[in-house]
Amino acid sequence: MLKLSFHDGLLRIEGSLVASDIPSLHSELETALKSKDSFNIDLSGLTGIDSAGVAFLEELTLKAAQKGALIIHPPSAEIQSVMNTFRSLDLPVPEPRPKPGFLESAGENLLIRLDGFKKAIITASEVVWWSIIGIFDRSGQRKYSVVQQGLILGFNAMPIIALMSFIIGFILSLQAAVQLRIYGANIFLADLLAITMVREMGPLITAILVAGRSGSAIASEIASMNVSEELDALRMMALDPVRFVVVPKFHAITLVMPVLVLLAIIAGEIGGAVIAFGYLDLSVSTFLSRSFNILTLKDLIITFTKSTVFAWLIVIIGAHYGFQTTGGAEGVGKATTASVVSSIFAIVIADSLFSLLYL
Amino acid sequence: MKNSEPIISVRGLEARYGEKVVFSDIDLDIFPGQLTVILGSSGCGKTTMLKAITRLVEPTKGSVKFWGEEITQMDENRFQNVLKQVGMLFQGGALLNSLNVFENIAIPLELHTHLSPTLIERIIRVKLSLVKLDNVMHLMPSELSGGMKKRVALARAIVLDPKILFCDEPSAGIDPLTSSHLDELLLELKRKLNMTIVVVTHELASIHRIADRIIFLENGQLIFQGDLAAAKQARIPSIDTFFRSGRYD
Ligand SMILES: Nc1ncnc2c1ncn2[C@@H]1O[C@H](COP(=O)(O)OP(=O)(O)O)[C@@H](O)[C@H]1O
Ligand SMILES: [Mg+2]
Repeated sequence: MLKLSFHDGLLRIEGSLVASDIPSLHSELETALKSKDSFNIDLSGLTGIDSAGVAFLEELTLKAAQKGALIIHPPSAEIQSVMNTFRSLDLPVPEPRPKPGFLESAGENLLIRLDGFKKAIITASEVVWWSIIGIFDRSGQRKYSVVQQGLILGFNAMPIIALMSFIIGFILSLQAAVQLRIYGANIFLADLLAITMVREMGPLITAILVAGRSGSAIASEIASMNVSEELDALRMMALDPVRFVVVPKFHAITLVMPVLVLLAIIAGEIGGAVIAFGYLDLSVSTFLSRSFNILTLKDLIITFTKSTVFAWLIVIIGAHYGFQTTGGAEGVGKATTASVVSSIFAIVIADSLFSLLYL
Repeated sequence: MKNSEPIISVRGLEARYGEKVVFSDIDLDIFPGQLTVILGSSGCGKTTMLKAITRLVEPTKGSVKFWGEEITQMDENRFQNVLKQVGMLFQGGALLNSLNVFENIAIPLELHTHLSPTLIERIIRVKLSLVKLDNVMHLMPSELSGGMKKRVALARAIVLDPKILFCDEPSAGIDPLTSSHLDELLLELKRKLNMTIVVVTHELASIHRIADRIIFLENGQLIFQGDLAAAKQARIPSIDTFFRSGRYD
């Protein structure tokens, strides 16, 4: 047990001075340090000590020395030798990392962003270049990697995309149907739904889900390959990481994205049809004929072009963040999050640019 | 020291990964205040042994006693109190990647003691200097070399002055000079704090410097445990080969 007493200018510490007991010493110590007179310290009664105890004694002697206190009874040789092992008095105090000022860090952030943007452009051009070359020359890619990636990126995403689109088609139609009914304009539901699903919701729902599902997977796969030196290993095997890892994904997503968008549109239409037939009493033939009549070839071309662009953005941004990752497992998580946020942002920007085509 | 009760005693221990039995029927004792070295070729189950003893891999059979108390069936709260007296240096370091070196070492101090920040800072500086690292406090684990990570991890393992310390290949990836400093450190901890230490290592030189006792594993079996001197006289072929050439059969 630890005991601390303060009598007649002598501070005695007896027993075993270990981490768990130190916090209880504070009050008595404060009295000793507050007293006006100088005092002396007796450590001869110590029976045990650990590193926390040593640190405590060092702090104590530093403070007490300012009042002229001295250790007049040293501890036993055994205790003294532990104190030597855990001695911190002559260790250098490391300097904290300098923190940059506000303007400095703002400027630096801007530079990092510009630099990141430049690197993203470089990654993008490499990916596109090697993807074009890769159509004709499959060297540097593993066999069936496109098929495998197509299954992972496309086929596995089908259920969730179909379900989400169905629900969104259903909700949009329900909201619209209530309004249309007031004006007796039931029949326009078909037009409204066809245009929204084909022009906007189909591509957008698909792209956002693919970004969340596959963009993040691409970023985290490449990022973890990066931090575990797998990309270095590929380079040393004379393989280009972009051709080996990214190009198959790029080809695969280019092939599957239109299929996914088509699926989203059909599922959304079915969701809306439930409202059209069940709530607004439209006939199947009117619904179908109005839906097909309102759409033009231009709509379809723009839709599938922009979906492909979205898909490319997802792969390129995922790969970019993957390749830029530093800092171990921690960095992988950051790269993944950043890739999803950036690719959804890029998709929305690209979408708004495409909508200018409808003006 | 020979006659003292074992601080850890293991009987009939078996560990598996799924269907695969890594070892079975292991009986071994670790004695207080001694430094025990566990030997055996790569993949023979040394890491798994440390993990089974500390229940990081739940043993499928057998008993493990710390200070005479069975821990395999112990409830979580009581077992945590046992673990507070035990330090472990993992083979890969196992630093938390999202925290810097200082914060990594501070975790046990902040969560298991009520010491003031000044004391905590002092203790961390001492522990880092004991493992021969200066000026790394503010670095992130990803900014350290493999050997530096190992040493930071050792500093974390000894930060609470544990009664028992397990070290999984402390010298792997570390230069010979630093490695012999670490040996000195282990001996000092043993001598001055009466720490019980269990080390997995393959370095012959290091074994000769530090081992009081050795435990030799082969093909999922324990083929020898006893004093270093006794090991050399036991006339077990694989042990002889190891001490002659520093290699396993
Ligand atoms: N998490 C795990 N899952 C399945 N098998 C494992 C796992 N960890 C280790 N093993 C297997 O258990 C055996 C013993 O491994 P380990 O204890 O790490 O060996 P050592 O530390 O002696 O090199 C090896 O054959 C290894 O393949
Ligand atoms: Mg191991």
